[in-house]
Amino acid sequence: MSTTEESIQAPAHAAPTTKGGAVGYYIDDRLASASFTKRLVDKVFPDHWSFMLGEVALYSFIILLLSGTYLTLFFNPSMTEVIYNGSYVPLKGVKMSEAYSSTLAISFDVRGGLLMRQIHHWAALFFTAAVSVHLLRVFFTGAFRKPREINWVIGTLLLVLALLEGFSGYSLPDDLLSGTGLRIAQGIIQAIPLVGTYVAMFLFGGEFPGTDIMPRLYSIHILLIPGILLALITVHLIMVFYQKHTQFPGPGRTESNVVGFRLFPIYMAKAGGFFFVVFGITVLIAALVTINPVWLYGPYTPSQVTAGSQPDWYIGWLDGAVRLMPNLESNLFGYTFSWNILVPALVIPGIMFTALGLYPWIEAWATGDKREHHLLDRPRNAPTRTGLGVMALSFYMILVISGGNDIIASAFNLSINQITWTFRFLLFVIPPLAFVLTKRICLGLQRRDNDKLLHGYETGRILRLPNGEFIEIHEPIGEAEKAKLLAKADVVPMELPSAVDANGVRNPKAAKSIARAKLSQWFYSDVIPTPTDEEMRAAAEHAAHELHEAESHLKEISQH
Amino acid sequence: MNELEHPTGDPYGAKDGKDLISGITVFPMEPHVPRKADIDPKAAVRAERQVATMFGLSSLMIILFIVAFIKVPADQLITIPVIGTLNANHLAIGFTFGMAILLIGLGAIHWAKKLMPDEEVIQERHALTSTNEERAAVQSSLQRGAAESGFRERKIIRRSLLGALALFPVPLIVLLRDLGPLPGTRLRETIWDKGIHLVTDATYKKIKASDIPLGGLINAVPENLMEIEHEEMNLNQRGKASIIIVRMDPADIVSQQGDAWDYQGILAFSKICTHLGCPTSLYQQRTHHLLCPCHQSTFDLSDSGNVVFGPAARRMPQLAITVDAEGYLIAQSGFNEPVGPSFWERG
Repeated sequence: MSTTEESIQAPAHAAPTTKGGAVGYYIDDRLASASFTKRLVDKVFPDHWSFMLGEVALYSFIILLLSGTYLTLFFNPSMTEVIYNGSYVPLKGVKMSEAYSSTLAISFDVRGGLLMRQIHHWAALFFTAAVSVHLLRVFFTGAFRKPREINWVIGTLLLVLALLEGFSGYSLPDDLLSGTGLRIAQGIIQAIPLVGTYVAMFLFGGEFPGTDIMPRLYSIHILLIPGILLALITVHLIMVFYQKHTQFPGPGRTESNVVGFRLFPIYMAKAGGFFFVVFGITVLIAALVTINPVWLYGPYTPSQVTAGSQPDWYIGWLDGAVRLMPNLESNLFGYTFSWNILVPALVIPGIMFTALGLYPWIEAWATGDKREHHLLDRPRNAPTRTGLGVMALSFYMILVISGGNDIIASAFNLSINQITWTFRFLLFVIPPLAFVLTKRICLGLQRRDNDKLLHGYETGRILRLPNGEFIEIHEPIGEAEKAKLLAKADVVPMELPSAVDANGVRNPKAAKSIARAKLSQWFYSDVIPTPTDEEMRAAAEHAAHELHEAESHLKEISQH
Repeated sequence: MNELEHPTGDPYGAKDGKDLISGITVFPMEPHVPRKADIDPKAAVRAERQVATMFGLSSLMIILFIVAFIKVPADQLITIPVIGTLNANHLAIGFTFGMAILLIGLGAIHWAKKLMPDEEVIQERHALTSTNEERAAVQSSLQRGAAESGFRERKIIRRSLLGALALFPVPLIVLLRDLGPLPGTRLRETIWDKGIHLVTDATYKKIKASDIPLGGLINAVPENLMEIEHEEMNLNQRGKASIIIVRMDPADIVSQQGDAWDYQGILAFSKICTHLGCPTSLYQQRTHHLLCPCHQSTFDLSDSGNVVFGPAARRMPQLAITVDAEGYLIAQSGFNEPVGPSFWERG
């Protein structure tokens, strides 16, 4: 066959003219990579500060891989008991696990070991923070909408894995604080109906604490979870690359293009440089600010605890939920249902992560919006979504703050019981308030945008007319601003379907579609339409007229 | 400026000034405003020098890093205002290393911002959906594959395969069996028993009843913990058997979990919180309240260790105590309910 002949016969190529070209030809002769490389090099990314949040997460992850690999060279995840004989004097002669003693060795006997430990811990805090804030950016700008729903779910999984990875990591040094965290985790596992006791026994190799948990946690922390994280991050990035990045509305920006800078050289330099900035700042903070001084906590023993025990920030909301939950437990048919543990530690997080992961479909179902979206929403232009987001965020924040109720009590000399009751109450009161308030603020901002479109911006120049009237001069806003403000696509809520069709026959699916239409009308309630072209033209004429009159008054005054 | 003309003939893919997909008004890009370095060669040279300085300083920092690593003593502490006391070697190598990295980043970004072109370009998005023909083609390929395999017609093969695949994960789960022992009665038992001495937590000293002052608190463990102290897993027993001993005015005792489980106002309770197993450690003499520092569950030791606040659902188990012939505290028996957090089979 002719095609076979063609494919075994290499096409004639011109000889490379440069050394770089020779390398490129060598690779291309084996991978036919020329067109892909061209697309990569020319790829355009839009520019916005908030797009760097995901980058911070990615770079922190790379820093975690690098610093973590270093730590594995010295850390020994064994629970074999040893007598400490390192250079940290206060703990000399104390019985402890090898895990803890090797952590002390890293901190005191390896030059740069403490720096690496602190880089690793700070980078973990930045990683979880960056993932969370990146998630908020994607949520509030509607970047999760079609066609990016799948990547949103991957992001949600990445968040869950990041939390597990963080927890498994700070449990490893086997100090008094981390052991307390593990004790709580074990208690939660043990409370799971049916299988909990068995899962806890198998995970810990028997009762708490046993001697198996550290080595097991270690392979989970350095192999299992990072492996999945790395795979999912790769898919996450490939999808961003393939689907192209979203962009904010502005001049020249449409749903069918990307306006920005090319990967080579601008983003090579900017994003590459930004990696070094994130890395450099992490190292400087690690050099200057002590984090997790495990030597102060002492080795873990199940009969001791430090007052004011606090987990890392990203576990705080779970701890807060566990603290707030009233003490419900029931015994049914001889089995124990620990609602006081199951609800805050498993049910609430389960609901929160499920709702988070499914949100793109929930919103699409409620709005009936099946279009592709590449232009981002300004949060004010999606008041219901923004309200829901702030509502969920306020719920989360109250849980985080509740996780520090003992710190608040001792810092402000308040009663822990009253604080806990206050937060229990606020957990139900603040979120709905936050929703209503946020939505109102969004609508107010939309009205303000419309005012700007119709009447221009306030210049601050006040004129006093001969009749004594004061007026402020308004100037029309610039084209760039106009492009941004006019990018609000008008939305139409679904119409309420009739329960019976034209012939009076009952529609069996009516209940569902009525519910959906009602949800849609709720989601799109209080729509503020953008001014039409005519309205803007009329307003512009009016403004020009007003300005003209004011100026002629001024002329008169100056002539006199 | 744009890489390719849009099929509509409009550079932005708009029609009549409106976005084809969303219908929003499309405004043309604003004209590019050149930067100082674009028009003033002196400014460009200045920017070039700034970038090179940052890269140069970075190299210098690496040299300083190596010097610091070797020369700055690792056992010396220095105090910096606001920040606190730090190890000198740690600080020196951290600062130089961090600055070296940061300067590379700042230099690269400065280079991109000042000297590389800052004119935005437009690139078209490609369709993220296939054509009907492509979809039909893949559908028929899949159908052909399914037909060729005979997956649908050959029911016996299909069902037996699905059965085998469903069973395939079973060994993977069974293989986890030896990760740990079955629960058995482990969670219900401690090493406390009748006649076992109560000894102090750290030093294993017997406790004389008359030595405990009114309002006093002692962390204690069973004497037989000492025998297994050098065995593996001794912490498992410590995690269950740890107790606290308090002494209060017998008149203050409202109730106990059993008749005469105290000895002259001396009460012994499990130290392990019934909520999630943290050791409870904060005791308030005046109210006889015991507070767990993890989630603030509060138990009233003068009233059977009942929960007065917080998420714990069960009272703190009490250990019945008395004294031996010499006046040392001993247990009347073991705990008669499981200590520590709840579990499914607890009942």
